[in-house]
Amino acid sequence: MATDSPLPTLAPEFAGSAGPYRGRVRWTTVLNYVLLLLGGVVMVFPFIWMVLSAFKRSDEIIAYPPIFFPSQPNFDLLVRVWTEINFGRYFANSLLTATVATVAVLLTSALVGFVLAKYRFRGQNLLFVMVLATMMIPWPVLLIPQYLIAVELKLLNTYWALILPSLYSSFGIFMMRQFMHSIPNELLDAARIDGASEPHIFARLVLPLATPVLAALAIFHFMWHWDSLIWPLVVINTRNMYTLPLGLATFTNQYWTDYAAVNAGATVSVIPVLIVYVVLQRQFIEGIAMTGMKA
Amino acid sequence: MIATRRSPAQAGAKSQSNRIRLAGQRGMIALAVLPLAVFYLVWVGIPMIYTFIMSFYDWNPLSVTQTFVGAGNYLEALTRDPLFKRVLINTAYYTVVTVPIGLILALVVAVMVNSLPRFIGLFRAIYFLPVVTSVVATSIIWRWLYQSRFGLINQLIGMVLVDTLHLPINPSIPWLTSRTLAMPAVMAMSIWKGLGFTMVLFLAGLTSIPSVYYEAAKIDGAGVWQLFRHITIPLLQPTMIFVLATGIIGGMQVFAPMYVMTQGGPANMTKPFVYHLYEKAFTLYRFGYASSLAFILFAIIMFFVFLQFQVMKTRWEY
Repeated sequence: MATDSPLPTLAPEFAGSAGPYRGRVRWTTVLNYVLLLLGGVVMVFPFIWMVLSAFKRSDEIIAYPPIFFPSQPNFDLLVRVWTEINFGRYFANSLLTATVATVAVLLTSALVGFVLAKYRFRGQNLLFVMVLATMMIPWPVLLIPQYLIAVELKLLNTYWALILPSLYSSFGIFMMRQFMHSIPNELLDAARIDGASEPHIFARLVLPLATPVLAALAIFHFMWHWDSLIWPLVVINTRNMYTLPLGLATFTNQYWTDYAAVNAGATVSVIPVLIVYVVLQRQFIEGIAMTGMKA
Repeated sequence: MIATRRSPAQAGAKSQSNRIRLAGQRGMIALAVLPLAVFYLVWVGIPMIYTFIMSFYDWNPLSVTQTFVGAGNYLEALTRDPLFKRVLINTAYYTVVTVPIGLILALVVAVMVNSLPRFIGLFRAIYFLPVVTSVVATSIIWRWLYQSRFGLINQLIGMVLVDTLHLPINPSIPWLTSRTLAMPAVMAMSIWKGLGFTMVLFLAGLTSIPSVYYEAAKIDGAGVWQLFRHITIPLLQPTMIFVLATGIIGGMQVFAPMYVMTQGGPANMTKPFVYHLYEKAFTLYRFGYASSLAFILFAIIMFFVFLQFQVMKTRWEY
């Protein structure tokens, strides 16, 4: 596949070449490649530098001119970081809460989106207006009372504090509702006449049809949850319950001047993400594009 | 596409199937709506009202009784809080710079990537890479690159500008500790981090433009620039409005990059609005005052949401 475009864009006579501007001057293509490569170096190099630096000796870190490759891989920093910050635990906390919240959001968004798009009931429009309205509320407005509610419900320093407030996503509901509209009613009616119950139709017919949209929503929501800092900062203060961003940020504030150690910590946190990304990059990118187009 | 199956019994059984359907649907509706209503009530509705009420009190979570101060918190924010104007300016500065530059860069990169005969997927993946890594991690990476003594950026400046070109500058540029440079340094990181996201949205928009538009215009003798100006730009306008609106709304709520890279310093020059709110609430426990800040931010953001709706309603029907 020369292009990863989700839609065919080219008339057959243009196949093999690409892009609307092609065909005029060849040197622009070369220039594009050169410029994009330079830009690509800027995008990727910070990660390469970070990973390489994590394996350097302290004298190599402050060497001038800068040393690109460490003379031999040195694991001191990484071992120190791994023992001083409980990365395995933070990672597990992040993975667990982000996964549970994402699965919950997929189910709830699909169900509410389906009901909103395909059923008629009293208060339906009101509910949809509420979904739209909550999409627009900026989270800082809700932060303080949500914290107080978390205190009241005795959720502080529990997984529930990280999961409960993101069991539903207004954005997810909106996206699923838009998708559900595209499912023909005749299809659902046909299943009903064949004797399928409503939950059965939802689980066996609608959910499989929604798989691409669900995958897109899953990636979007997982990344958002994985990345969140301020809510964990507010509701978590025992180290065992730290999420990865919270653990990293706290570690940074603690070892503010120890750049090498902080950098090694970031390396440890980023490498698993990079591996997953390299394997699944198509799904990631197309998922994001899809959520963007839906919104 | 979906193959629609039609049962011959469909028409005749309509009324009976309707009755069964409605009964079965009631359970689904209850299952969908009731928990959602509870959720919205607990995590959105009550908090909204709660913030509003707290903003009129000198609310301290550690004390038993709370004092009503009327509009006192709002007055304090608008007239007496020495940091209020500062954080508002910082936030506006951050948003006004990162959103347009991010948009234009992403558009340029997207158009360039889209015109490549090969390796579109590869470049897309490369530019998207910073998007998938967490803000905290990328902020740490950039803090390290910006380090004034042995950060890579200053070392490169030293090697190229000073050692090779013999320019009379001191290569120990204090990127993150200078009052004037710290904010642009954070902005550069944010633009770098968000570029791939916007680019992917534009790429999706570009691939959905039918190529016949371009071919027709070329037959009419349109040049590359005219194609871009009169076909690409107008047809990408919905994506641009979306990117602008989400960018502005997100920019007004920025927090994590500053929290990690500068802790708001030096001298509060990189402290954004939400950081100020966070400190008032969770280090000083002034929940009432922080709530009034939250509502002021809410008003500002609602203004932009309103603006977005007006723009979407009035223009660009193709």
